[in-house]
Amino acid sequence: MAKIIGLPKLSPTMEEGTLVAWIKKEGEKVEVDDVLAEVETDKATMEFRSFDRGVLLKILVPEGETLEPDVPVAIIGKAGEDIADLIAEAEAGRGSGAAAAAVAETAAAAAAETETVAETASVPAPASASVPATGAEIGEPGATSGRVLSSPLVRRLARERSIDLRAVQGSGPRGRIVKRDIDSYEVGVAPSFASPGERLPPRVAKASSMRRTIARRLTESMQTIPHYYLTIDVDIAPLADARKAMNAELEAAGKKVSLNDLIIKAAAVALRRVPEVNASWMDKEIHFHQVVDISIAVAVDDGLMTPVLRDADRKGVSQIAEEVRNLAERARERKLQPEDMSNGTFSISNLGMFGIEEFTAVINPPEGAILAVGTIRNEPVVQDDEIVPGRRMRFTMSCDHRIIDGATGAKFMSAFKRIVESPSNMLL
Amino acid sequence: MRELRYREALREAMLEEMERDERIFLMGEEVGHYQGAYKVSEGLLEKFGERRVIDTPIAEAGFAGVGIGAAMAGLRPVIEFMTWNFSFVAFDQIISNAAKVHQMSAGAIQVPIVFRGPNGAAKQVASQHSHSCAPFYTNIPGLYVIQPSTPRDAKGLLKSAIRSNNPVIFLEGETLYGVKGEVPDEGVEELIPIGLSSLARPGTDCTIVTWGRPYYTVLAAADKLEAEGISCEVIDPRTLRPLDTSLMVQSVKKTNRCVVVHEHWPYGGPGAEIVDRIQREAFDYLDAPVERVTGLDVPMPYALNLEDKVLPTEERVIDAVKRVAYAS
Repeated sequence: MAKIIGLPKLSPTMEEGTLVAWIKKEGEKVEVDDVLAEVETDKATMEFRSFDRGVLLKILVPEGETLEPDVPVAIIGKAGEDIADLIAEAEAGRGSGAAAAAVAETAAAAAAETETVAETASVPAPASASVPATGAEIGEPGATSGRVLSSPLVRRLARERSIDLRAVQGSGPRGRIVKRDIDSYEVGVAPSFASPGERLPPRVAKASSMRRTIARRLTESMQTIPHYYLTIDVDIAPLADARKAMNAELEAAGKKVSLNDLIIKAAAVALRRVPEVNASWMDKEIHFHQVVDISIAVAVDDGLMTPVLRDADRKGVSQIAEEVRNLAERARERKLQPEDMSNGTFSISNLGMFGIEEFTAVINPPEGAILAVGTIRNEPVVQDDEIVPGRRMRFTMSCDHRIIDGATGAKFMSAFKRIVESPSNMLL
Repeated sequence: MRELRYREALREAMLEEMERDERIFLMGEEVGHYQGAYKVSEGLLEKFGERRVIDTPIAEAGFAGVGIGAAMAGLRPVIEFMTWNFSFVAFDQIISNAAKVHQMSAGAIQVPIVFRGPNGAAKQVASQHSHSCAPFYTNIPGLYVIQPSTPRDAKGLLKSAIRSNNPVIFLEGETLYGVKGEVPDEGVEELIPIGLSSLARPGTDCTIVTWGRPYYTVLAAADKLEAEGISCEVIDPRTLRPLDTSLMVQSVKKTNRCVVVHEHWPYGGPGAEIVDRIQREAFDYLDAPVERVTGLDVPMPYALNLEDKVLPTEERVIDAVKRVAYAS
């Protein structure tokens, strides 16, 4: 019995997903747990695996489409089954005009297809026998999605003003071009006629689902969390020296630790000593975390991800180094799973490698604080009334004032400073 | 200009017309000695006597039929239904006789009659007594259907209805009877033509077509939308059949978007008719689909909280306008 397959909810917070690529083709055999497609969610590009066994009879959604969970995306069943009714049902379930139209257009083709397949159905031929026939149809939904949606008013105005609507970006439902789009298009286009190539209109790109997640979460953070900031300047020479010594020791094993790994470790130890900072405001409750899970901000193409290093306080620096490298790599390849990015208790963001001396970071809710790490400054410092060369670094912690008062935050910063300036403290 | 309540405006219209033409008489349940179930006919019995202000038994089919016969014989009756819900037992008289006689007699016999009374939901009178009847009667060729929203329109249109030589369905509103509004001073006669819409509020961004009780909901919503920077132009058709679309089409050509708000059910009726006319007559000017905000498609619940949800709300009007303005 063929059935409609809906887009699964691949993360607890997934409100929509983009069907990046179909891995299975129409007519291909599907086993339970086979990867059907790749779906970009708010968190990562995830594998969409089959819960069913059978043949992928119909792909209902072209690649690149963004959909809500449970929207029908495919039909799986036995080779040669009549799925015309299911296609109609899926179409009714989708409601989205352009896509529904695409489905409708292919419905007739699919019905015809099924007939030809049915003739051979009595022969226990391998499912792949029908691949060429169905394969030829796959392109169709994509082809029809190239239709330009626009309001009647816009079509009239485009005729009058000789505008090619294919060049206009639509801002209405399903990308419909509405009056304001054609008006702003003209405003943008007119000057470029006057001086070709000099004043181009902005390039309009659709915000990716990661971009929208960042926008939503950080706006929410800034608007709802009363941020305040504590900056401390520390002598980084002892930690830098400790790193040198460690790397000399690790060289034989072909391993290395970075200053950032040591800073993570130092922060984790400081969180154990001032556990009030390792907390989350959960409306009417405060959660004091009993683990130290540190979210590491990692820049990726067109965005930012925050994989979580678990139990940072209990891990050695070399293990931290290895895990952080692995997390960062997977973040850049968009291979992180939602569980890799959830339930951090504290964040660290480092822009030192760009020469940034200090900055303030936005808290990653529901965490209570984030530590912003600046660059190493080689500068003269006064020590015992002498001016001597120094290596300094500034750390700024953004705190959620609902849970962390100024004195508490300051206590943490001072504990952190003591650890950094005397790394052997970490052994206590 | 002075202010009158809607019911006083209706009373003045009948009084002035009955003084002008002695062929006009009022007939219905409780119109005389009780002074009208909603006091619309208060004082008319004292002034015109029992020959012209006639109390009837509870027998709508009977007195509607008597009225139609009187009209065919040359009188000009005004028939009051205590509510339009009760007109259903007289439906056959209205449809098969009042609306047909002129055509079936090849124009020899006219039926100059007005059927009037409160229409639509009042407050917690439940499913059988909350019908918004415009769709039933606007469907019938041979009838005029008028549904005034303001006291001024109520007076000016009732006078025109009484002077019309065709049968007129005149839909009032129990919740509108107490509404106050400007009406021309005594001695200033104003006849508002049947089949002429009016501009209730000028605006630039979205046309809202509405009439009857939701007229006031829409004006309140338009104020709120104005504060958010969306300027609504409100058009009241006033007469639902024949329907004057000139003003609304002209308005939609300016605003490029339209929301139709009405109390009656969504399936068919003047609301759907208006959407049809606008999409045909202003197709090349529409920047969004025409939306409707209607009474919900259910029998009216008795519970007040549910009744409030079924009737068009300010919130639903605001949402619809924002959708067509792509502002939500």
